[in-house]
Amino acid sequence: MDAILLQILNGLDKGSAYALIALGLTLIFGTLGVVNFAHGALFMIGAFCAVTLQKVLTLSTISIDPEKKDFLGQPLKVETPYVHNWFGEATGSSIIEWSVPLAILFAIPVMMAVGYAMERGLIRHFYNRPHADQILVTFGLAIVLQEIVKYFFGANPIQTPAPDTVSGSIDIGLMFGFAENAIIYPIWRLVYFAFAFAIIGAVFAFLRFTTFGMVIRAGMSDRETVGLLGINIDKRFTFMFGIAAAVAGLAGVMYGPINPPNYHMGMDFLVLSFVVVVVGGMGSLPGAVLAGFLLGILESIASTAWATTMIPGINQIIIYLVAIIVLLTRPRGLMGRKGVMEE
Amino acid sequence: MLRLTKKDISLLVVVIVLTMLAPFLLNPFPSDSGLAQFNAGYPDLMQKFVIFGIFAIGFNILFGLTGYLSFGHAAFLGVGSYAAVWMYKLVSYNVLPAVVLAVIVAGLFSVLIGYVSLRRSGIYFSILTLAFAQMSFALAYSVLSNPSFNLTNGETGLQVYANDPQIFHGDHLPNFPHLFGLSMGSTYKMAAGAWEFQFNVAYYFCAIFMILAFYLSMRLVRSPFGLILRAVKTNQTRLNYTGLNTRPYTLAAFVISGMYAGLAGGLLAATDPLAGAERMQWTASGEVVLMTILGGVGTLIGPILGAGFIKYLENIFSKINDNVLHQWFSFMPDGIEDLMVMIIHPFVGKGWHLTLGLMFMLVVTFLPGGLVEGGQRIKTWWANRKSSDKAGKPASTPAE
Repeated sequence: MDAILLQILNGLDKGSAYALIALGLTLIFGTLGVVNFAHGALFMIGAFCAVTLQKVLTLSTISIDPEKKDFLGQPLKVETPYVHNWFGEATGSSIIEWSVPLAILFAIPVMMAVGYAMERGLIRHFYNRPHADQILVTFGLAIVLQEIVKYFFGANPIQTPAPDTVSGSIDIGLMFGFAENAIIYPIWRLVYFAFAFAIIGAVFAFLRFTTFGMVIRAGMSDRETVGLLGINIDKRFTFMFGIAAAVAGLAGVMYGPINPPNYHMGMDFLVLSFVVVVVGGMGSLPGAVLAGFLLGILESIASTAWATTMIPGINQIIIYLVAIIVLLTRPRGLMGRKGVMEE
Repeated sequence: MLRLTKKDISLLVVVIVLTMLAPFLLNPFPSDSGLAQFNAGYPDLMQKFVIFGIFAIGFNILFGLTGYLSFGHAAFLGVGSYAAVWMYKLVSYNVLPAVVLAVIVAGLFSVLIGYVSLRRSGIYFSILTLAFAQMSFALAYSVLSNPSFNLTNGETGLQVYANDPQIFHGDHLPNFPHLFGLSMGSTYKMAAGAWEFQFNVAYYFCAIFMILAFYLSMRLVRSPFGLILRAVKTNQTRLNYTGLNTRPYTLAAFVISGMYAGLAGGLLAATDPLAGAERMQWTASGEVVLMTILGGVGTLIGPILGAGFIKYLENIFSKINDNVLHQWFSFMPDGIEDLMVMIIHPFVGKGWHLTLGLMFMLVVTFLPGGLVEGGQRIKTWWANRKSSDKAGKPASTPAE
């Protein structure tokens, strides 16, 4: 029992990432009808927002000769540990330590801007083109984004540690009445799960309970009629693209401490996220979230010793296997709506 | 002749002449000049041109004709490579049986995957093929390389070891893939003045296969079967309404293009007896999509052009480093030289993927018909200009 619970917990963090990316993909697909292969790159850019912020905050590590003066004639060393200078030694170092959570604030506007630029600059021109063209152009964009990041940050993974207070492990088995040391679990992964849950909740609440969200939902089911009612639905859909980009970006920001970001992490997640979207059902938001968690948990259960001894290598292929079975038995996915991508 | 129209025959002849004379044509610069690095006439690269040309021709039969976008075609290439290397390991280094086995195995494999994937169309088909290819990659990379059942040799890649049976391997035969004793690696070098031309056995071996593949695809496109495939792309529903079951046709197209990929994989193993799982990764599948798009989807010559173009850029662009750039711009004043190098630096050398991605986006956006369409546009533009010169008035633009 405790082994199963542990595997479920293990699956939650990956599942959360899948769910968040798939949620964004589905939002884009449901609103704009575009298959966005660059979504993994958005996830990666989010992670690199955290890296950037960390770099900006730790500029002090660059040691500068105190004898040199800048153009004003003041010693350069003054501005080196500037967070320390502004907030004092203790606050400064804790700001640096909390750079990953702080990056959330930094990433939201950045990702919204990136998403907005992407939609206005590129994807807008592809609404009336076949899906194959959309896939291909966003695939090209993903390569470009990836290479740009590689150019600035290099090819090696960059450590973005979690704050000390949440970087250890806790024994959550005790809380559920299991024996001591039965379920040791890193705190950050729980944080990630809670964070993902909050984001998903926020997106759903936004769509459910605000007028804006209502219009979006109306537009998702019948874009033309909403347009006829005098609502500029395109503008709102562009905003939703920004939201979707931000969701993917935030998933990336918080994923840094679990897996150090590198430039191709987006591609690794992209393929799986697409599988998740298809399993959940193209265009179904709850389906995407459900399938994300389901596949994440299935993957971690398949990596247990008894599963791999039963069927060697099952952990490597389980997600694809499930996807194939689902697609063949329930072509619309688990919660797919009728009429979406039927063709 | 050959059951082709005149126009097709001339195209075929052009392809034959170009591939046969490639060692000359791709080596336009003397080997000691500064431009020698733009030469593509060395065996390694020329082999890639023709092998990936075959791969792209095959992919075009599926994607160009039926419109089914497979994102997992590299799996067949990888399977072909593995099959060929197994043939080396078990039988001998002779390439002919290896290539034949590669095609057969890839064909069987594609029957399996195609049968399942083709139940769905559109984006679902793309995802299904992608899932299958990733699964094959995972299987080849880790699962099928366990000590008790080592089919793929995992990360190291499958290769021939000294203790392999190789039952037909004689002492007089080279320890490298060969065609009845003629080693694939042997190269005849011809020096002519400042130029050096290299004639490689493996290149010509692969080139003959490419010409055959090209001829076959030509026949296929012009056949009634090809017509049905194009009808599938235009409107599958209507085709179904006429009482035609399209599944066998699409499956046949899928298997044929899978066999082309297997042939390419087998030939890859013929030039270098090593098969690795990374050949099956989905980025490799993306690459062949790219080649086809870049050259021109649905055209005969497009995929070959695209394959050549991308492989050329990959090899030449990635070789350009800062020193070379400084050499080029050395005639400029120092500041401007450094600026030019700084601007170009991110796009060449290690960053050539950036160029590739940008090019890909530009082509898909502005030139959906690829290089072939670009060529046609220039031709029309040229013809219009000429005729307008004659008539003395601007020619009307032809309706799209």
